[in-house]
Amino acid sequence: MIVPLGHVFLLAGIVFAMGLVCLVAHRNLIMTLIGVEVMMNAAAIAFVAAALRWRLMEGQAFVLFILAVSAAEISLGLALVVSLYRRTGSIDPDRYDILKW
Amino acid sequence: MTLFAVIFYVLGVVILTATGLAVTRRQPVHAVLYLIVAFLGTAALFFLLGAPLLAAFVVIIYAGAILVLVLFVIMLLQRSPRELSLLSEWGPALLLGIIFLTVAVATVFKDPGSKIVLQGAAAQPRDFGRFLFDRYWLAVEIVSILFLVALVAILHLGKKREADGDEDEVNPVRNPSGAKEGHS
Repeated sequence: MIVPLGHVFLLAGIVFAMGLVCLVAHRNLIMTLIGVEVMMNAAAIAFVAAALRWRLMEGQAFVLFILAVSAAEISLGLALVVSLYRRTGSIDPDRYDILKW
Repeated sequence: MTLFAVIFYVLGVVILTATGLAVTRRQPVHAVLYLIVAFLGTAALFFLLGAPLLAAFVVIIYAGAILVLVLFVIMLLQRSPRELSLLSEWGPALLLGIIFLTVAVATVFKDPGSKIVLQGAAAQPRDFGRFLFDRYWLAVEIVSILFLVALVAILHLGKKREADGDEDEVNPVRNPSGAKEGHS
């Protein structure tokens, strides 16, 4: 009635790959966190599609927990970024060389 | 092709375009604004796939709370031009993404179950909430503890100077030698 399951998984996979590229390529910690968010969003899409495929509400419950974990992760990650910015004056991971000698 | 299928493909194009634009922006503010569009499209997709409560949660939590928080933090920080410069890591990153995508697509479409056409259904918010607190109440409580842990950690990280006091005791030991080297 709607679409084949594979197409939804394909959409989720492409979004996940975009998040992966964003996570690896950027030189900015905030863009890295955004990449993680995009990947969690893709996982949520796949979970909702699987919940509809097997008619189990467990999939949707998992999406709720993904949302909660993602909210905790992004808030803690941003607090870390702000703390690092206060300490080093930069949000570029290449600049963090305090331990280098 | 039914109306639902048309809506799904339109939403898919919107999500992919917005996400693709978001991950290629160099200005984080632009990326976050595109990401809001992507998350609103995701919320509509959840509604289409029969999860109206989750659609509301995505709008409220993702588009409403998380991305606004990211925007505030972006405003707090000062940009340096180097973070916006052209990146040399795009090649390896794209290669990784393409390899991952190829493997994932091959795995998904090798399974004959991927051709099963989804039947429309919706989990009513009342049923979903009852199911959640009936069977997964312990996980809900654990998530609340997770939030408490995150809150404590953020408060500890955000504390201003007391936390760095012990570091200031370390610095005077290192600074004189550095100053001597600087003068000599």
